[in-house]
Amino acid sequence: MKDEAILLAHGSGGRLTHELIRDLFLSELSNPFLDALGDAAVLPPQSGRLALTTDSYVVRPVFFPGGDIGKLAVCGTVNDLSMVGARPLFLTIGFILEEGLPFADLRRIVRSAAQTAREAGVQIVAGDTKVVDRGSADQVFINTAGVGLIPEGVSLSPSAIRPGDVVLVSGTVGDHGIAVMAQREGLGLSTSLASDCAPLNGLAQAVVACGGVRVMRDPTRGGLATTLVELAQAGGVGLEIDESAVPVKDAVRGACELLGLDPLYVANEGKLVAVVAAEAADAALAAMQAHPLGRDARIIGRATDGHPGRVVLKTLLGVSRVVEMLTGEQLPRIC
Amino acid sequence: MKFIDEFRDPRLARSLVERIRQRARKPMRLMEFCGGHTHAILRFGIRQALPPTVEMLSGPGCPVCVTAAADLDRAIAMAGVPGVILATFGDMIRVPGSRESLQQAKARGADIRIVYSPLDAVRLAEQNPSRPVIFLGVGFETTAPGVAASVLDAHARGVGNYYVLCLHKLTPPATRAILDSGEVNLSGVLGPGHVTTVIGTKAWEFLPREYGVPIAIAGFEPLDILRGISLLVERIAEGEARVDNAYSRSVLPEGNRAAQDMMARVFEVADAEWRGLGTIPASGLCIRPEFQAHDAARAFPVDVPPSREPPGCRCGDVLRGVLAPPSCPLFGRACTPEHPVGPCMVSAEGACAAYYQFGDAGHEG
Repeated sequence: MKDEAILLAHGSGGRLTHELIRDLFLSELSNPFLDALGDAAVLPPQSGRLALTTDSYVVRPVFFPGGDIGKLAVCGTVNDLSMVGARPLFLTIGFILEEGLPFADLRRIVRSAAQTAREAGVQIVAGDTKVVDRGSADQVFINTAGVGLIPEGVSLSPSAIRPGDVVLVSGTVGDHGIAVMAQREGLGLSTSLASDCAPLNGLAQAVVACGGVRVMRDPTRGGLATTLVELAQAGGVGLEIDESAVPVKDAVRGACELLGLDPLYVANEGKLVAVVAAEAADAALAAMQAHPLGRDARIIGRATDGHPGRVVLKTLLGVSRVVEMLTGEQLPRIC
Repeated sequence: MKFIDEFRDPRLARSLVERIRQRARKPMRLMEFCGGHTHAILRFGIRQALPPTVEMLSGPGCPVCVTAAADLDRAIAMAGVPGVILATFGDMIRVPGSRESLQQAKARGADIRIVYSPLDAVRLAEQNPSRPVIFLGVGFETTAPGVAASVLDAHARGVGNYYVLCLHKLTPPATRAILDSGEVNLSGVLGPGHVTTVIGTKAWEFLPREYGVPIAIAGFEPLDILRGISLLVERIAEGEARVDNAYSRSVLPEGNRAAQDMMARVFEVADAEWRGLGTIPASGLCIRPEFQAHDAARAFPVDVPPSREPPGCRCGDVLRGVLAPPSCPLFGRACTPEHPVGPCMVSAEGACAAYYQFGDAGHEG
C-alpha cells in the first residue's frame, strides 16, 4: 500500500478498496471464513443456545495507554457475550474511516484487533469498510457484532439474585476511564496508569465453572455504581456495598480527587461484577484471583431483602447512603 | 495512599463523631459555605453520623449555582457570535440559563469547548489565531488567580484573541450578606478550605468580631470536615467566637500572597449579581482597564432579553440556606439531574445534586 493516508476512494468499492482488503484486512485477520470473501460468512452448525450482541466504538484518543480502539472493539463484544455465560465464537467488524486517516494508524488498529481476537480465541469472519469526508467522523469508528454459544445448564439473570448472595468485583475500578482521560489533550496528568481493556471470556468461564453464579456484568460506561444499580433494579433486590472493600488504584483515586470524579462511576473495560450464591462465594473469589485478570478480585457486598431495587453504600463512617446511577457525563468541577 | 487514606481513617472518624456527640448538647445550626463540603458531607455520610443537635445547612458556595441567569445568558449569546470559541469548565455546560444551556447552544452549533485550566484556553487561542477565544471565568477566590495568570500570560505573549468573561465572585461578602439578611440564625460557619488557602484566615476575622459567629476553616476529607465541626461545637459550647484553622496543612493566616497579587494585578473589586442573593456590593471581580483588551464584556457587547428564573425553582432559597433541597416541591419530581430545573441540581457541588445523588438511606445499614 503506497498511499500514506486513507482516501475517499478506499471506500468506493473499486481497486483501492480491494487493495485495502487484501493488503491490510486479510493479511492481518486471515481465517478460512473471512478469506472466502463471500457476501456473508458461512459458519459451521452449532448446537445450543446462541448469544448475539453488537456495540460501536468511538473512543478518543484512538490510542491510549493499555490499548486502542481496535483492541477495545474486540474486547467489548467478547466481554458482552461472556457476561451472559456464552463462549464467544465469531465476530464481525465494520470500520467507518475518516478521509485522511494515516494508513499506519489503521494498520496498527487492525493489527491490535487481530491480536486481541487471537488472545480471546475468537475469529473475525466478516467485515466492512466505509470512508467518509474529512470532518464527518473522528478518525475511525468501529462496530463489532459477535455470536457465542451458551453451555448447557448456564442461565444467568439478575432475576436469579437472592438475598444473602455475595457481590464480587474482579479487580480495581476506574482504570480505563482515568487512563483515557489522562491521555486527552490538556489534562497534563502524568500517570503510569494503563487502561484495563482485556477480553474477559477466560475469567468469566472460570467463574461460571465454580457454579452458583446468578449474574455477571462488565461495568463499562457509568462504572461500577451504575452497573450495581442496574442489577438491583432488574433483580428487584437490594444490594449493600462496603465502600472500603471496593479496590481502587492509588493513582486512580488521586486523579479522581483532583478532577472531582467518583471512581465508582468511572468506566472499566476489563473488569466484571459477579453476584454468586453465598456458599459459592469463596470458590468464585479463588477462581478470580487465580486468573491473571482477577488477581485483585474482592468481595464487595451482598444482596439483601431490605430496600429492593436500591444500592446502599456503607461509608467509612459506618453509615449508609443510596447509590444512584450516573447522570449525564461525569464532568470535572471548578474547584 | 499518601494524603487520602490518612484523612479517611474510620477509627479516627468515629472518635471525632463521638466527641461531637458528647459536646453538642444543645441544638446548633452550622453552615458549610462551600459546595465541595456539601458534596463530601453527603458522599461520606457525615450528615447521618452527626447527632440530631447538629444541623448542617448548605450555603452559596457552588460557583456554578450562584452564577446569575443573566450572566449565563450573556455567555450563551457570546458563544453565538460568529467565529467565537467559548471555553469553559465542564460543570457550567449543563446549567440552564433563561432560555437554554451552553450544552443546548453547543448542540445548535455554537463552538463550546470544555477545558481543565484557563491556560488551556490560552493555548486554544494560539492554535486558532483567527478566532476569538472567550474563557468563561466562573469561580471564587480559588479559581480567580489561575484565570488572572491566564490573562497575564496572554497579555505578555501578545495572544490578542484571548478574552475572559469575568464572573468571579468573592466569598466573604456573600457570607456577610447571609448573616445580614437574618433569614437563618447561624451558630457557626464551616469555612471553605481552598478559598481560604488563597485569602488567608485573617479574611474571616470579621465573623467573630462583628457577628460573634465562630468559623472553622476545613479541608475536604472526612477527618478534615469532622475536625472542623468538632472545633465549632467546642467553641459554641464554650460560648467563644474565633477563627479556627482545621486545615493548617494548606491554609496560612495571610493566605497565598502570590495568588492575591496576581488577582489584584488583573482584577478589581466590583458589585456582582448572585443567583438567589441578588446584587451584593463589592462581591465580585472585573478586569482592570489596563487589561481591557482581554475583557470579553467590552469586546463582545451582546444584547440579551431580560433573564427569568425557571417557574417554581427555589435554588435561591437553597443557596441562602433557607430551604433544604428535599423540601423544594420540585426536588426529585420535576427537577432531577437528568432534567434539572435549576443550577443546584446540575453541578456536582450543587446542594440539590448532592442530596439527590447521595440520598439518605436511613440507618438500616
